[in-house]
Amino acid sequence: MLLNQYLLLAAALFCIGVYGVLTRKNGVMVLMSIELILNAVNINMVAFGVHNAEAGAASVGGAVFALFIIAVAAAEVGVGLAIVLLIYRNRRSINVADASLMKG
Amino acid sequence: MLAQVATPEVPWSLLWPFLLMALGAVALVTITSLVTELRTRQFPSLFTIAMAVGGGASLPYIWGRIGEIPERRILVLDGAMSIDYFTIVAAAIILSAVVFAAIFLDDYLRREGLDGPEWYVLIMLSASGGLMMAAAEDLIVTFLGLEILSIAVYVLAALHLRRAESQEAGFKYFVLGALSSAFFLYGIALVYGATGSTRLSEIDAALFATNARGLVPAEDSSMILAGMALLLVGFGFKVSAAPFHLWTPDVYQGAPTPVVGFMASAVKVGGFAGLLRVFLAGFGRLGDDWRPVVGAMALLSIVIGSFLAIRQDNVKRMLAYSSISHAGFILIGLFAAGSRNAEVAQLGTRSVLFYLFAYTVMVVGSFGVVTLVGGRGDGKHDLSDYAGLAQRSPILAGFFLVLLFAQAGIPFTSGFLAKFGVIQAAVRDEAYVLAGVAMVAAVVGAYLYLRIIKTMFFSDGAHTVPVAAALDTNVEATPDGAVIAPDEQISLPPAAVAAILVAVAITLLWGFAPNIGGDILRDAAATFLR
Repeated sequence: MLLNQYLLLAAALFCIGVYGVLTRKNGVMVLMSIELILNAVNINMVAFGVHNAEAGAASVGGAVFALFIIAVAAAEVGVGLAIVLLIYRNRRSINVADASLMKG
Repeated sequence: MLAQVATPEVPWSLLWPFLLMALGAVALVTITSLVTELRTRQFPSLFTIAMAVGGGASLPYIWGRIGEIPERRILVLDGAMSIDYFTIVAAAIILSAVVFAAIFLDDYLRREGLDGPEWYVLIMLSASGGLMMAAAEDLIVTFLGLEILSIAVYVLAALHLRRAESQEAGFKYFVLGALSSAFFLYGIALVYGATGSTRLSEIDAALFATNARGLVPAEDSSMILAGMALLLVGFGFKVSAAPFHLWTPDVYQGAPTPVVGFMASAVKVGGFAGLLRVFLAGFGRLGDDWRPVVGAMALLSIVIGSFLAIRQDNVKRMLAYSSISHAGFILIGLFAAGSRNAEVAQLGTRSVLFYLFAYTVMVVGSFGVVTLVGGRGDGKHDLSDYAGLAQRSPILAGFFLVLLFAQAGIPFTSGFLAKFGVIQAAVRDEAYVLAGVAMVAAVVGAYLYLRIIKTMFFSDGAHTVPVAAALDTNVEATPDGAVIAPDEQISLPPAAVAAILVAVAITLLWGFAPNIGGDILRDAAATFLR
């Protein structure tokens, strides 16, 4: 397959993720959208890694970076869910639009 | 038989500050879970301060070790991190922010009844991420540093369990922060795709070299430009530069005040240190492409920070806008630092470092004052709560006066020289528009600080509360009908006051004698010259 196809898939996933973050009202759905973006990056990284290896680069950086991203994404979503839970306990709602105590 | 795996040599003594912050955090969790009576005393705070001071004490030794080498930099961990003069200056600023944060947190947590080691653990972890960003020579390490720095602060922002604003601030910061990290990562992916490496020196070398496919990345591919733009989004968010500043007022208002002080200092310094290193060491030769964007961000930040602050009535929000405008000024320094002219570039980097130092001291001191005035419940942050502060607590009002003057850039404070430095660098770079707008906006921005000062010194001292509220709580009416709240008296814990005094003293000292440590900054600014 051509590199292009992977990059297009990643770009599409990225856009869906950004759209989700911007439009979803449910806090957990927002977290899932962020995961989608991170996975788009993973596809990019691995595709570029293979592409670079074909061009003779000895580096396996792309694949290794993808592993780092998976680990960081897990940590990030752990913290995110904890914060959502905290808000739910106080407000009985995880609607992002309700988070409007501060404005100005 | 297993093949021998080549492992990079680890020079532990050069990584001492990083290790003390990261392992200190782990050690603090362990110690306080084993010896539970240590949880609520001053131990966590003292431990954190000891770790930061210990890390700071090792910096002169590392400085000496770097001086022994002609290139003035030591690449460690197989070239993933660079220990150089720039790293040391950034580390010194971050570690001092940790000390200040630990001092203010100690009293704050006791006042709020939220005692616990978690706060300090997260502060140390976050600082270790900031140190990593400052030293990162590989985009993977920059990213890991950014995430370690941020994730800990997301939690810190949400950690005030009884204030709904705190959780809301944490959530907003988290969602926007995670989104910006994702943009940042996408940028790294594109740069990696274009140049075939995440190592800054290799990226720099690959930019104008013909690669195996017969392409020159900087000329034949727009991927590198898109990558740089996305990286700038990620960094711009971390340092709250416009147009990625939208989270700043809300998060600063909602998050616990000592944490905001840490966010405005250490997190920003870490972000700027990473930004400088990536864009000067990695993309230095593409300056013509990124400098206009950085200049535009700088202008936008200064203008937005100065003008939108005018209609705010909450002191924490005001300081949030002021931090946006400070970020703009620092970006002007970065703009000059990207110049092809080596002399201007060094002047620019130097002005950024001095600005970061002066700004960190001013902002931790300011938020120290705000922490004390905020009172129990961390709620008194309206401008009206500062009315007559000069009568109620002359010391605090005096300290705040100096720190606000410094933030406004009044002469004989370090803040003036910091602003002067970046504008001078811009003028030397012949960026007159940038310098001119920055000067005008600095004058407009002064309105914000003068407004707080006027409220403190010239507004009516009697702090009135509505009668209905007065009936609820046990308050006494004064003869003239005004009602004084019972906890009117601002408590002044000695450690916190001493810390603010130190911040004020440094602000004034460098205002009068700006050349103290001048050669340190000069050497650090030479790091990215090629």
